[in-house]
Amino acid sequence: MPSFIEAAQSQVGRKILTGITGLLLVFFIIFHLAGNLTIFGDADAMNRYSMILHNLGWPLWIARIGLILVFAIHAYIGISIWWQKRKARPEEYDVYSSKGGPSKQSLSSRSMAFTGVILLIFLFFHINTFALGDTETVIIDGQEASDLKTLVIETFQNPLYAFGYTFVMILLGAHLGHGIWSSFTSLTMKSKKLSSSIYSIGVILAVVLALAFIFIPLYIFFTGGCGGLISGYDCV
Amino acid sequence: MIPVRHAVTASTEKIIQPIEPTIMSSSDMTIHLKIWRQKNAESKGRFETYTLDNVNEHMSFLEMLDVLNEELIENGDDPVEFDYDCREGICGSCNLVINGRAHGPKHMTAVCQLHMRNYSDGDTVVIEPARAAAFPVIKDLVVDRSAFDRIIEAGGYVSVKTGSAPEANLIPVPQKKANQAFDYATCIGCGACVAACPNSSASLFTGAKIGHLNKLPQGQPEKQQRVLSMVAQMEKEGFGDCSNYAECEAVCPVGISISAIAEMRREYLKALFDN
Repeated sequence: MPSFIEAAQSQVGRKILTGITGLLLVFFIIFHLAGNLTIFGDADAMNRYSMILHNLGWPLWIARIGLILVFAIHAYIGISIWWQKRKARPEEYDVYSSKGGPSKQSLSSRSMAFTGVILLIFLFFHINTFALGDTETVIIDGQEASDLKTLVIETFQNPLYAFGYTFVMILLGAHLGHGIWSSFTSLTMKSKKLSSSIYSIGVILAVVLALAFIFIPLYIFFTGGCGGLISGYDCV
Repeated sequence: MIPVRHAVTASTEKIIQPIEPTIMSSSDMTIHLKIWRQKNAESKGRFETYTLDNVNEHMSFLEMLDVLNEELIENGDDPVEFDYDCREGICGSCNLVINGRAHGPKHMTAVCQLHMRNYSDGDTVVIEPARAAAFPVIKDLVVDRSAFDRIIEAGGYVSVKTGSAPEANLIPVPQKKANQAFDYATCIGCGACVAACPNSSASLFTGAKIGHLNKLPQGQPEKQQRVLSMVAQMEKEGFGDCSNYAECEAVCPVGISISAIAEMRREYLKALFDN
């Protein structure tokens, strides 16, 4: 009888953990996107949202530590699967192609390790730019808060950031395109009907999430933050 | 009435005309082959190219290789070693990777059931052995698949009453479960799932064996130990992880669904949490 740790490290355990952490990360991404979209709310919406999150106190720290753990487990297992794959086939085929039909091999599924690693590297830059970035102080509802909204708008006026983010969000869409369905399959989804529905829903969700994330930097870049959808930014 | 009888006679005559077998009208094809040659497990392999000018479209793929080998033997060369046994698609010996696909281009077809009519005159066909660390090449296209036997062995025994043959309907098996068990039991252990999986995972094979045995009432007392041991052995053999590519289902000559892998994961979790 394997211990819980041994079972978690087995090929079955690893896959189940990847599925659970993957789905948790999908929920986080949806939540994150909802936060991002507050930029299109009233003048103070985004800064108020950020202030409320910061004022949460210890629950925020629990969420942060939980997120770090989830990211770490997901990334660690993903990289170890890639590593084992290299060991399991030391000599590659001269010619290799998918047989199609029920196969789920696609650019999305074959590039999971690549897109995953890029997303992980991006995460550090992303936290450094926004969570740890320098912000002015603004007064919202009589309280001091960071002016995250101005930081976001000024960051995405830089083409490097606007198009860099766009590129990474395309990779996120590609990762989720296989990842959402794969998570359910790892969590022992058996029904063929359910599987094909989840696959379609997963791909649609991946595209919608990627487009929504991409819309913000590109909208800011092309309007300079002065478009009609964003209020309260001093355009000069 | 006479004209009618005449008409009948005429049509009968037409029907009994001997039908010329199509095999006589088919023309021979020229097929270029690029085949992996490897002297033994220790030596380094390489590709050799051959051209066959007399390939008939009705030949099976293995018969085409037989023709090549006859030519090689006549010329005093070493014939290409490949595994086969039944040539009826039921033994699972003949797994070859043809133009990058395990068992060739057709779904639910083993190499021995693949016919040369699927190729055209002048085609180049690349033939490689299944490539996986757990399936070392013995010679040319023959690989050692005893890792599969060891996974089966790890499954252990099934406790049954010995003695005289039991009454057939003594242990009722619900129809649905019997069908599911049979679907998984059709696995012929050819190793195409491993060959085609980008990760060289043996999850479909192991899942099918676990799913087959755990569905049936016989061997229920051992089911938890069986799944834990077989999964552990699969990993020990050096197969890769499953990344849900489902390529294994696409190449499986008997069409086993990846639901077998879900079955394995469920049984593993049940075994873990029941203890």
